[in-house]
Amino acid sequence: MIIDAQKLSYSQINTILKEHGGDVQIQNCLGHRFLASGLSEGYISIDGIPGNALGAYLNGACIEVNGNAQDAVGDTMNDGTIIVHGSIGDAAGYAMRGGEIFVRGSAGYRAGVHMKAYEDKLPVMVIGGCAGSFLGEYQAGGLIVVLGLTDENRKIVSNFPCTGMHGGKVFIRSGCDDIIFPRQVNHRAAQAQELEEIRPHIEKFCGLFGSDAEEIMDSSFTLITPDSKNPYKQMYVAN
Amino acid sequence: MKYREGEVRIPSGCAISAAISREGRPINGESMIRSMVPMHDRSNGLGGGFAAYGIYPEHKDEFALHIFFGSGASRHECEAYLKETFEIVLAEEMPIRIIPEITDVPIIRRYFVTPLRSALHRMQLDEREYIARAVMHINTEISDAYVFSSGKNMGVFKAVGYPEDVGRFYRLEEYEAYSWTAHGRYPTNTPGWWGGAHPFSLLDWTVVHNGEISSYDANRRYIEMFGYKCALQTDTEVITYIVDYLVRRQGLTLEETASVIAAPFWSTIERCEPEKAEKLKFLRMTYPSLLITGPFSIVLGFEGGLMALNDRLKLRSMVTGEKDDMVFIASEEAAIRAMEPNAENIFAPSGGCPFIVKVKEGKY
Repeated sequence: MIIDAQKLSYSQINTILKEHGGDVQIQNCLGHRFLASGLSEGYISIDGIPGNALGAYLNGACIEVNGNAQDAVGDTMNDGTIIVHGSIGDAAGYAMRGGEIFVRGSAGYRAGVHMKAYEDKLPVMVIGGCAGSFLGEYQAGGLIVVLGLTDENRKIVSNFPCTGMHGGKVFIRSGCDDIIFPRQVNHRAAQAQELEEIRPHIEKFCGLFGSDAEEIMDSSFTLITPDSKNPYKQMYVAN
Repeated sequence: MKYREGEVRIPSGCAISAAISREGRPINGESMIRSMVPMHDRSNGLGGGFAAYGIYPEHKDEFALHIFFGSGASRHECEAYLKETFEIVLAEEMPIRIIPEITDVPIIRRYFVTPLRSALHRMQLDEREYIARAVMHINTEISDAYVFSSGKNMGVFKAVGYPEDVGRFYRLEEYEAYSWTAHGRYPTNTPGWWGGAHPFSLLDWTVVHNGEISSYDANRRYIEMFGYKCALQTDTEVITYIVDYLVRRQGLTLEETASVIAAPFWSTIERCEPEKAEKLKFLRMTYPSLLITGPFSIVLGFEGGLMALNDRLKLRSMVTGEKDDMVFIASEEAAIRAMEPNAENIFAPSGGCPFIVKVKEGKY
């Protein structure tokens, strides 16, 4: 099914998506917000620029954007997959608690802010290019991988990565020598065995965007984790 | 009872957009209106506005005053003041189109004026300072009169309403400008009156702003020491005066101004090259009260250019794009694509890093 977004509001499009449930292609998208929010099934391909909060609360559907996406992609998503062939704006994967986001290009500020995990829920975000400042801010769980394959003239991550991190893992394909991390996290070269955890996601990324998984897996990665169970003890109160 | 802006403070999403031709080519107002459509939901109908540069070539040596009047009496009082302060080259009603979406229309007039030479000489002022003082006088001393635009060869057009409707109301399709800014408002601190819509303006400075400035009162107290009067309790007004103070009166560059209002963190300064660190430290220590905190993205318009700036934590969105001689800035990429579907080099400037575009010398 093809939807021409030009004359439709976001809520009209969302109603069609919900009723249809199967494969849908949205054309001429221009800033329509909240697309596919909360959707549990189906595959949605988008041409044009989807608006903010694309796939918010996504619950199992798959969204593929054939260009750039704006802010808050996958806000609080629970399950499903979001694939972006261009770059994404700020706060991608905000508070996501399940599902996967794959971005071929770069991410803006605060990618993965407040990601979390619970029991079998393990959210994953793979950023093919670079990440802006405050990557993984307040991260509580899940997996963030930054590959630095595009935008080579940029630092792979900008300032203040992992600020307030207290759970989960971040893998950055770099020695990160010029990157300053907060005191409350550990950062060190990832061991071969630790890298096995990201292999399936790298393979999926390469399947989507056509990079060489072996070459990526052969690179050196930095692994960042919180440095204890309670890294912010006594930061605000005498606890 | 109805409150006027400035009388009440209610504790914003907003939309901003801008376009400029580096070659100084004319851009029709229609294109700016179009850019606001995909961002409609960022505003709530309580304010929209536009600034346009290069629109009055036949009056380019005169200051164009756009004024709202709440009543015939306030117009009468204000015009008496204008007559004794300026040589009025042309006084006319603002061309508007009456549409059902825009209501409670005040009296809107524009005046092309030059300062009285004898008064300039006697007061030993340059003409821009003379104009700025007159604007402050009208906006604070004459009740129900508000100058919302006071630059040369440029103009601000704003109202209560959605920006697309405000653009039609002011017949912006009849204007050609080499540079435009636009704003859709979602007021959170004040009730939303015509004067409080964006852009805010003084002389040729205009500011459109998305955000919420937590340092407003600290900034206001400081800037009011230098003769600026914040009439409306809205944070954008104070940004406009800060820029005027730092650039026109203190002689700072735009980059230095950005380093004052969105100063880097001390921890970032420590890591800069010694010479740069020294300069940043000097600016922070000289103008600590002009640091603007809280989330903001702004576009500053001025004669011959634009500057976009985010707060240093980048708590609001802003993207830029290019196509040939055109440069676009907006809260959302969709707004840029609405103006130019084939825009290239989509880029999001980092927090605190000014993005400055200038028209080629001699082209405006």
